[in-house]
Amino acid sequence: MAELVEELKEKIIDQLSLEDIEVSDIDNNDPLFGDGLGLDSIDALELIVLLEKEYGIKLTDPKEGKAIFQSVQVMADYITKHRTK
Amino acid sequence: MSKCYIKGIASITAQPTTVEDQFLEEIISYQESIFRASDPNYKEFIKPAAMRRMSKAVKMGVTASQMALKQANIEQPDAIITGTGMGCRQDSEKFLEKILYDDEQYLTPTLFIQSTHNTVGGQIALGLKCKAYNVTYVQSAVSFESAIIDAQLMLDEQPNSNIMVGGIDEIAKTSSRFHILNGDVKKEEIHNLELLSSTTTGTIASEGATFMVIGNEDTTNNIAEIVDVEIKYSASVEEIKKDILEFIARNDLEITAIDAIVLGNNGDHSFDHYYQELQQTLFKDTEQLYYKHLIGEYHTASAFAYWIGTKIFEYKNVPDVLRLNDKKSQEHKNILIYNHYRGENHSIALLRKC
Amino acid sequence: MSKGIAITGMGIISSIGNTVAENLSSLRAAKPGITRLDLIETRHRDAIMVGEIKKSNAELETQIGLAKDNNLSRTSMLGIIAAREAIVQASIDDIDAYRTGFISGTSVGGMDMTERYYTTYQESPEFRKYIATQHAGATTGDIARHLGIRGYVTTISTACSSAANAIMLGARMIKAGKLDRVIVGGTDGMSKFTINGFGTLMILSDEACTPFDENRKGLNLGEAAAYIVLESDKIVKKENKKVLGYVSGWANANDAFHQTASSAEGEGAYLAMKEALDIAEITPDAIDYVNVHGTATPNNDMSEGTAMLRIFGKENIPVFSSTKAFTGHTLAAAASVEAVFSLLSLQENMVFPNLNFKTPIEALDMTPQTTCLEKELNVILSNSFGFGGNCSTLIFTKA
Repeated sequence: MAELVEELKEKIIDQLSLEDIEVSDIDNNDPLFGDGLGLDSIDALELIVLLEKEYGIKLTDPKEGKAIFQSVQVMADYITKHRTK
Repeated sequence: MSKCYIKGIASITAQPTTVEDQFLEEIISYQESIFRASDPNYKEFIKPAAMRRMSKAVKMGVTASQMALKQANIEQPDAIITGTGMGCRQDSEKFLEKILYDDEQYLTPTLFIQSTHNTVGGQIALGLKCKAYNVTYVQSAVSFESAIIDAQLMLDEQPNSNIMVGGIDEIAKTSSRFHILNGDVKKEEIHNLELLSSTTTGTIASEGATFMVIGNEDTTNNIAEIVDVEIKYSASVEEIKKDILEFIARNDLEITAIDAIVLGNNGDHSFDHYYQELQQTLFKDTEQLYYKHLIGEYHTASAFAYWIGTKIFEYKNVPDVLRLNDKKSQEHKNILIYNHYRGENHSIALLRKC
Repeated sequence: MSKGIAITGMGIISSIGNTVAENLSSLRAAKPGITRLDLIETRHRDAIMVGEIKKSNAELETQIGLAKDNNLSRTSMLGIIAAREAIVQASIDDIDAYRTGFISGTSVGGMDMTERYYTTYQESPEFRKYIATQHAGATTGDIARHLGIRGYVTTISTACSSAANAIMLGARMIKAGKLDRVIVGGTDGMSKFTINGFGTLMILSDEACTPFDENRKGLNLGEAAAYIVLESDKIVKKENKKVLGYVSGWANANDAFHQTASSAEGEGAYLAMKEALDIAEITPDAIDYVNVHGTATPNNDMSEGTAMLRIFGKENIPVFSSTKAFTGHTLAAAASVEAVFSLLSLQENMVFPNLNFKTPIEALDMTPQTTCLEKELNVILSNSFGFGGNCSTLIFTKA
């Protein structure tokens, strides 16, 4: 799990071009949207693509993302349960 | 008609034109037919969080717009009107390549959002929280001039306003090179400063952003007045000569009152005869200037001619690197600008010193 | 009330008809043009519904009479067909008789050809003629050349509000006396680029779209071209022209909220409607019908509805409908398609229905007109919004 969390952080930084942010800057339980990393609705769509491309998880309704993208930890838990690759 | 004054102007080009208190003193030379703009430090103008999704066109546009606003000493414009030939070409190209090479899978929204032509205008509005009129023109070599004509209309409709007008274009890795394949850009390597000795077709390509703030309030800060601008989609050389004569006449001038003409010669053997004909006939006794050997050709390159005109008024001096002939005016009051691209989308403009 | 600028011709090609008359007949019959995609190969075929014009490029070339070696995009060809109809209706024989301009809106330009030949350019010289086709202004140039317009020609590209801004600019140019006559509107052909682009935003519906419905799932992309002819009072008088209607109000404002999404309070839409009413010198109660932008995305309809509540007040919302369920969202052409529909509404005294509507949006409680309604119409307001916070409103009045 710890490995997945680290990998996920790297992928998020890459996918969202968070140039000035390092893996160590992201706390596992920090909120990704709003006060935490300050991501927005376009980032949410980017993360949906990341789930599909990297882990074979396909979301059809962008609203589903809300619950999944709460934090890196929540995302990692979801991926562990639902990944197809 | 309402007056139209340039209150601030800034240009990012392949030359170090953003360096303060300089007018083409340092010149960069290039040895290829496609070259990039010389970047200012974008971080001074754009916050990192806003920057992460910005392609070069957006960075150049936002930065040049900030510089122009600062020079005009204005915080909020009353309209944002931009011109661009290809918009955010890099992101459009990346998105298209993903569609074509990844079989329409794993596409991400950011590239598509940026591909819209009005992205730069929209991003400037977003940054300034400016809810005013915001339109983008995409008409080849008259994209920037179309924006000025709209701004002039608006100054008539809403006196005492300040309007931001800008032109932006960027180079993209693959699609810019396509223009070598179709002959728009020269195949051979070429030294940019020797552009006009080229005997081949095609031109040299680059990128840049020029923004200005224009208004109709008569203040001591005004640098130049845009007296008149006209665009014409299609014309023969003879028609252009006639149009220019009519243009000068309708502004109550004679050719002898034109202190310099800034021409868009781009080294394309097939189309530079429009300029050469003017050089050899109507304007043979006029100071003739050009600039595309310095900044390359792109759809909004002619915006740089407005920057040059403004700087000549400001510095009371013409850098020799701009000269096409040996005529020199003692003083510069009226500067005429003429441009076209491949015989289409012609523009004529008159600048006057304030 | 401001008299506005006279409209003397209109032309259209959309998924519900190849001429104005065919479009009118589909609108009256409540017959939509929303189907599966047939003319472009895409892996998304079964996941989307579209408003596609069922004519191949070869058929369009033949209809126009183009030479074999032409390099026109679908966007250009649709534009030529619609603009030609507008000019014929306006009885323009000599295009040079007056200072005539052409202002066109497009978002994709020649992207349909670029995406078809992009991977071949390096190897195949025969397709390189399409390299220059991609530039949006090349589309406008193709149409201008076909019409013989050589003077003031320009393109506006503000995504889905492009044609509204083109119509607005044309009206302002005539009002300022800079042109005597101008053909204005927009054109966008279907492309894989936009299908995939809107797909990434997850706002494409897999069913026929349901504007202003609580359970709306997103938009259907469409393709179309539509143009109208604006002429000065001087020409109208001198040539005793038949006037189809007037464009009497116009405005563009920016939401300045988000790159693609509209603000919850619909600020940009509110400002555009308010300023357009001011230009037309009328109050909201003068509006007989609103042709809404109504794309059927969750975000647009909520935001636009909120802005309408702010402008008109809950008790005084005029009759409104979105015609996007007929044509799909035709992007840069949408505002000119809906300008033609608004002129037809004025001419026929008929509101065309908002198809597929069942349940009002709970938070708005606004119900569009769902059947053809015969009603005397004198003033129509039409909205069009685009990416980059771009919000435009036009007002059309009866001749």
